[in-house]
Amino acid sequence: MREALAGFRRTPLLCALSVGAVGLSLVILGLFGLVAHNIGGAIGDVERRVEVVGYLLDDAGPEQVRAARRELEALPAVESVRYVSKDEALERARRDLVEFSNVYGALQVNPLPASFHLRLREGFRTPETVSETARALAAYPFIEEARFGDEWVERLFALRTAAAGIALALGGGFALVAVLLIVTTVRMAVLARGEEIEIMQIVGAREGYIQRPFLLEGAVTGLAGGLLALGVTRLAYIVFPARFVAVESLAWLPHAWTAAGVAAAAVLGLLAAASSVHREVGRAYGPS
Amino acid sequence: MISLRDVSKAYPRSGDALRGVSFRLRKGEFAFLTGPSGAGKSTVLELIHFQTRPTEGEVQVSRYNSRRVRRRDIPALRRRVGFVFQDFKLLERMTAAENVAFALEVIGTPRREIAGRVQRLLSQVGLAARASSRPSELSGGERQRVAVARALATEPRILLADEPTGNLDPDASGGVFELFRMLNRLGTAVLMATHDADFVRRHREIRRLELQDGRLVGDSAA
Ligand SMILES: Nc1ncnc2c1ncn2[C@@H]1O[C@H](COP(=O)(O)OP(=O)(O)O)[C@@H](O)[C@H]1O
Ligand SMILES: [Mg+2]
Repeated sequence: MREALAGFRRTPLLCALSVGAVGLSLVILGLFGLVAHNIGGAIGDVERRVEVVGYLLDDAGPEQVRAARRELEALPAVESVRYVSKDEALERARRDLVEFSNVYGALQVNPLPASFHLRLREGFRTPETVSETARALAAYPFIEEARFGDEWVERLFALRTAAAGIALALGGGFALVAVLLIVTTVRMAVLARGEEIEIMQIVGAREGYIQRPFLLEGAVTGLAGGLLALGVTRLAYIVFPARFVAVESLAWLPHAWTAAGVAAAAVLGLLAAASSVHREVGRAYGPS
Repeated sequence: MISLRDVSKAYPRSGDALRGVSFRLRKGEFAFLTGPSGAGKSTVLELIHFQTRPTEGEVQVSRYNSRRVRRRDIPALRRRVGFVFQDFKLLERMTAAENVAFALEVIGTPRREIAGRVQRLLSQVGLAARASSRPSELSGGERQRVAVARALATEPRILLADEPTGNLDPDASGGVFELFRMLNRLGTAVLMATHDADFVRRHREIRRLELQDGRLVGDSAA
């Protein structure tokens, strides 16, 4: 540790620049993570509300309905089955559609069908499973019609895939930038200490001993950059939405994400340093 | 202790630096490695120090063989084989004592032993009084003595010297050479590369290995 800090003391400006640059490239990652997390949350909310609805014929017997309900609940993709009776449907229509309440009020017979509302489990809310479930529902003879917002589900799914793809590409891109920055910094640190390294190799210092301070420097740079990025992202989270975004509440990243992000920055720093130092220091020992 | 068997070394661009070189250097022996510049002297020393490997043949240094040596064994080998250069390779920002201490530190000498050993090493090369001078404040001969003290930090059995007097005036050269002879009398084998023919002629009692164009063309012990 003392050795790694010695590197910082020797070239404080270079080290600060490198931490700053790594930090900034990771801030982009952090901000994107924040956006992705919130989009993901919003999509999840909507997805949870995706329902497959089946309308029952009026002559469906209560026994048949109960049996069907049990069967539907047993389907692996189905999270819950809600049954809305004809009376409940009418009740709701009166409440929701005020303009028609008079019309409904005057009716002698209830024109609305009873219905099943199926919600799907997380991980099963794909276009395929949704239409499969709708088909299973429609297969009952007493079901007149099964519906789901097919286009809507597909769009939602595409949006989510795109969001994940962009997050991955951007995240990967900026992580790569951070890695290259650390590779360069460590390389410069190695070159700056070229004379000392040469003497260490001549008198018989072990390779690990020579490499350790540079590896530490890489890990510390990654860690410091990661913490800086976390701080700046947090600041942006506090300052921005209040002024610019018309969203009531933006969710902060889960602790697992932030902890994993900072740890990954440190590990990437270490690996970047290892690749750099191995190339620069390894030469003098010839082929392995 | 050191043996080269049919060693050839080719460099990608410049071609053969050594061709079919064989010789042995026994424990405690002293030998000059002579020949004009470009003859291959430095290449021989680098091979013995395992800074490079032969293209053909093999180099054996005590129990280390160039064909079988593992990368992680090389530091141990280098601790048995000290090396000094024509240009000293001292760290300018450190004092004489710090330069020697640096070598002790990087091979893992316990911290509390370092100061005492630095003092002994500097006394051995006759520089105890200049311990806290920086290289820029020392003469060429004194700098080379610091470099020798540093090379001795690992208590090597062999000392390789590549033109150690090349940058020194005759007086200083004589002094450094006397230091080598003294170390040799204490049991260290010495292989000293030099292209100074006069200097070698003045010491006929010492074995001489002569290189020319990468071939061993003479060995006064043969
Ligand atoms: N690292 C190297 N790469 C390419 N050629 C080299 C290298 N080292 C030495 N040579 C070549 O090998 C030959 C012998 O060089 P060297 O051993 O340094 O000779 P000397 O020390 O006797 O002057 C020269 O022709 C030199 O150009
Ligand atoms: Mg040479």
